[in-house]
Parts: sequence; C-alpha cells; structure tokens
Amino acid sequence: MTDLNDDYSGEYPICVSGLTNAFGEHLIHEDLDLKVRKGEVLGVVGGSGTGKSVLMRSIIGLQTPSSGEIEVLGRNMMEPEDEDDIDIRSRWGVLFQGGALFSTLTVGENVEVPLKQFYPEISDQLRGEIARFKVRLSGLPDEAAFKFPSELSGGMKKRAGLARALALDPELLFLDEPTAGLDPIGAAAFDNLTRELKETLGLTVFLITHDLDTLYAICDRVAVLADKKVIAVGTIPELLALDHPWIQEYFNGPRGRAALAGKNDPQLEAAAEVSAECAVAAGESDNSSTTGA
Amino acid sequence: MRQWADFSVSESDGGKAPVLVLSGSLRVHSIGDLDSRLRALGGGYSAIDLSGVTDIDTTGAWLTMEFARKHGIEITGASERAERLFAAVGDLDEAEPKPPMRPFITRTLEELGDLVTNWGSGFVRTVGFFGALMATMGTTIVHPSRFRAKALVHHMQHVGVNALWIVGLMSFLIGIVIAQQGAVQLAQFGAEFYTINLTGRLSMRELGVLMTAIMVAGRSGSAFAAQIGTMKLTEEVDAMRTIGVAPMESLVLPRVLAAMIMMPLLGFYAAICSIIGGAFISNFALDIPFFAFLRRTQEVVPITDVWIGLIKAPVFALIVALAGCYQGMQVSGNAEEVGSRTTQAVVTAIFTVIVLDAFFAVFFTKIGWK
Repeated sequence: MTDLNDDYSGEYPICVSGLTNAFGEHLIHEDLDLKVRKGEVLGVVGGSGTGKSVLMRSIIGLQTPSSGEIEVLGRNMMEPEDEDDIDIRSRWGVLFQGGALFSTLTVGENVEVPLKQFYPEISDQLRGEIARFKVRLSGLPDEAAFKFPSELSGGMKKRAGLARALALDPELLFLDEPTAGLDPIGAAAFDNLTRELKETLGLTVFLITHDLDTLYAICDRVAVLADKKVIAVGTIPELLALDHPWIQEYFNGPRGRAALAGKNDPQLEAAAEVSAECAVAAGESDNSSTTGA
Repeated sequence: MRQWADFSVSESDGGKAPVLVLSGSLRVHSIGDLDSRLRALGGGYSAIDLSGVTDIDTTGAWLTMEFARKHGIEITGASERAERLFAAVGDLDEAEPKPPMRPFITRTLEELGDLVTNWGSGFVRTVGFFGALMATMGTTIVHPSRFRAKALVHHMQHVGVNALWIVGLMSFLIGIVIAQQGAVQLAQFGAEFYTINLTGRLSMRELGVLMTAIMVAGRSGSAFAAQIGTMKLTEEVDAMRTIGVAPMESLVLPRVLAAMIMMPLLGFYAAICSIIGGAFISNFALDIPFFAFLRRTQEVVPITDVWIGLIKAPVFALIVALAGCYQGMQVSGNAEEVGSRTTQAVVTAIFTVIVLDAFFAVFFTKIGWK
C-alpha cells in the first residue's frame, strides 16, 4: 500500500495487514494492507469485483480471511473474544447495501433490536425513546418508526438502516454503497447527513462507494482497491498525482470530470489537468515505444 | 470493567434548591438503570450538573435533556461534545405518534369479519386461478410450441423420481403395519388369511394414493409455494410479465402437469410397495409365504380397485400443485409471508385431498365398484 501522506501520528481504529481472501482458487485479496485514521471518512473505491464488500465483511468478521491480521478498535479480530470486554460488535454500526432491515419488524423495532441484544438492562420506555430520536437523527419523519420496511421507499430504507446502525452510538460506521440507487437530491442529502453525523458523533466512517460525487463531497481520504491490493490511500489531489491507469481512468473519465466540475474547486481542477496531461504523455510514450519495437 | 453512570444530590448553600450531579460515563453501555432511577425522582432541583461526567453519547444526552425538560431546569457544566449532542438529539416534545389502537371488541369483530370475507374472496380467487390455468392449457394446446417441455421434465424429476425412495419406504412400512395389525384382529375370527385382502385392497384403493398425495403435498406443494413466492418477492415474476412471458404458462402449468403425470405413477408404486411390505411381514409373522401372498393378492384385488387409485391420483395432484402455485403467487411483502403461504399451501392441500377422498370412497361404492 502506498500511503500518500504519512505524517499522521494518531490512532488507527481499523488496521488491516497482510490480508488474503480466496474463494476456492479465485484470489480476491492478496497481502492487502489498510489503515483507517480516527475521525476520518475513508472512501473505498475499486472496480466491480475487486472485493470492496469482501474487505468490509472481513473487517466486521462476517468472512474469515485465509490469512492476515485485522485489528479493529485495538482488538485483534482473529482471536476469540475476551468475555470482560464490551462486545466489539456494539462499537460499530453497519449499513448494508439494501438496508438489510428485518422485514417483519417496524423501523422502530429494527432500531431497538441491537439495544435489546446488548443492553437488556435499559428500560422499555427509554429504549423506545432512543429508537425515536435515532429515527429522527437519520432524517426520517417520526411516523416512519411505525412503518414496516416494505412500506418505505429505497431512500427511506437506507435511512432506517442508518438509524439501526447508529442505535448503539458506535465509534465506527461502515457504509456499503449508501447512495447507490438514490436520486441525486436524495444522494446529496444522504452525503450531508453522513458528514453531519460524523462531525457531531465523532464517528470514523468506512464508506464503500461508486459515487464520485460522494467521494468529492464527504471523503477525507480515498483508498483505491485494484490488483488484489489497496494500491493507494490519499486525498483526491494526491491520488490524481499518481499515474496508475485505473486511477486516471476513474477520476479523469467523463463521469469523474463531471463530478469534479460540480465541485468547483480550482485547486482540484488544476491537479486533474496536470494529471490528465501526464497520462496523455505517458500513453504517447507507451505508443512510441511499441511502434519503435 | 464498566464504569456505571450515577447521580448524587448536592445541597447548595443559601437555601437554594439542590443540584442534581450526574457522574460517570453517560453512555448507552453504562447507563444501566439510571433512567428508571431518574424517572422515580421528584422535582425540586435547581439544575443538572454534568461536570462530573467523563463521557457522553446521544443516549446520555437524551436522558439529560429529557429530565431537564420535564422539570424545567438548566443544564450546567456540559462539555463541548455534550452541547453538540444536545443540539443533534433535538426536541421530541410533541406527543408520540402512537399507532391507533381500537377497543378489544371492535378489533375482534373486525378480525372475524376479515377472516370470513378473506375466505370468500380466497375461494373466488382460487376458482379464478383454476380458470386461468384451464385457459392457459387451452392456448398451449393451440400453440404447442409455447409449451415448456424442459421445465416439465425438470419438475417431473423433482416431484416423481426424487420422491421414489421416501415414498417407497413409507409405503413399505405402512404395508407392514396394516398386515401385522390386521392379522392380529382377524385371527380372533380365525380369518387371518383375509389379511391379504385387507392389505391388497386398502393399498390399491385408498392408502397408496392418499399417503402419496400427503407426501407430495409436503415435499413438492411446499416447494412450489416457496419457489414461486420467493420469485414474487425478488420481482422475477414481474420481470417475466414485462418480457411477455405469462407466469401461468412458464411457472404454474409445468408444475401442475408434472404433478398430474407423476402422481398416478407414484401412487401405483406406493401401493405395490405397501403390498410387498405386507407380504414381507406375512412371511415371518403369519406363515403365509411371500410369493403365495402376492399370488393371492392378484386373485382378491379386483381391477376396479386399481382404477380407483389411478383415477384419484391426478385429481389429488391437481389440488396439491394448484394449492402450492396459487399460494406462491399470492405472496407479497416480506419473507414471513413466504413461510405462512407455504404452510397454508400444505395445510389446504392435505385437507382438501382428505375431504375429496371421502367423497370418492362413497361415490365409487355407490356405482358398484366395491
């Protein structure tokens, strides 16, 4: 992994090293390293099938890796849990792609599930109140708490999923493509919500996304998954300075440029301009070398 | 170790009301019973002091704000983080929007009414479904190229061939039970030889096909309901419709036909297995040799008994497959619905099969096939 800016000296809530994941013969990750800084929004990008979701599932313990070390909030995920510890699963929240709400429970009851599971000592009344303000915190109207998931729109389902992910006031928030399938207005609102919640609750956010607007809008740093590894982690201008073909195509493709134009940041645009020229130059030199040979 | 949240009351000087001092970690994992203890407290405090709080999250913020609001007092000593959380949690002062709950009697009556109308409309819809199936069968006969032969063979394999082992074993054991128990009773009249009549006729006429129908309802009727129901949930059925593929034609018809083709074969096979089971036990328990039992069976079981079994089988198959497919197509909403619809498919199928079997029994006796 190339960490493009190594002067950080704080904590790393997520620390992955040497991770290898394989499905049968098919190798997904090979010797993958990634460190997430405390309090940042880390965007994880990569082509389809590069194992972004598998990486997330490995970190949260849904997928046992073939080898490697994973440390989350100071706890080694490869070792059995110490009973005295506060359950690590109560210290993170996960929003799955489709929301993954329990379809037989109302939204409010969905939010109450983790509370009931981890803290049965909390009274019913307080639990109900917590569920209510979490629903509201996620930007849903109060009456949504009494609706079933099948009665909600796609965007509302994601917000309800977020409310459940936030039920225990986690330190870490995993979001798997939170804006996929949302209309641009809904997606922008969700981005703002993520940013706001991160600021107020002091969250560290691990965000898998394909949405370039989301990357520009809320991510502090971006990790790029390619070639079975995290090839680079850095801010977008830092990434643009690299001449990896996939990164260039990703950020300088038509959609990347459109998202950038929407951002209206002269500094970023300058960086993109320079990197695009470099890429063209690199391409030309490639061509000349092939014709020469 | 968890550091539980706690509170104490500090008497302030100068006759002012005392201050409620919260301490410890005001977080969801350490809040414990603080909430109920705070609710039990009376009023009469001048302020809530948070300066002793080591850590706070939205739950702690909510609890503090709620207490302050209820008693109309100030919050002092809040950290910057606490202030931010207070703002985020916000006010929830308006009444909780509870879903309306009607009185018990009206609710029960309404549910009863719903049940009755659902029975009625369910019956009408089932008849409609059957009619649609007939219409589809008609168009398939007119346009045979639209028939899904591959699906038919696939379902025949699942309904029939894959059930051979379990149906065979079940029938063999039932044959043993009938012969053995029948022999015990008939021996009281010195008529244990009639065990052969009992086993042979009962297997061919009734039990072979009835038990097979029950087994197929449990194995395949439930599978039909769950498969089609899941396809409804994942919008596969809708996708088919938009492409112009009729679900009736591609999903229901092959399943129903497969069941109707396989059930007579399975039923006959079950009857044979049951007779073999009877012969097997007679060989040991009754001193009737195995092959003598089979020869005698041929003499005492009239061919009409075989026909009765074979006539009933496709009718039972139609009911089982129709119930499965119909319930599957009724699924909408959530995963729980798939389960309840599957249960309903099996229960209605078995119940209807047994009711019809009673009618058949009376009918065939009346027309002289005794």
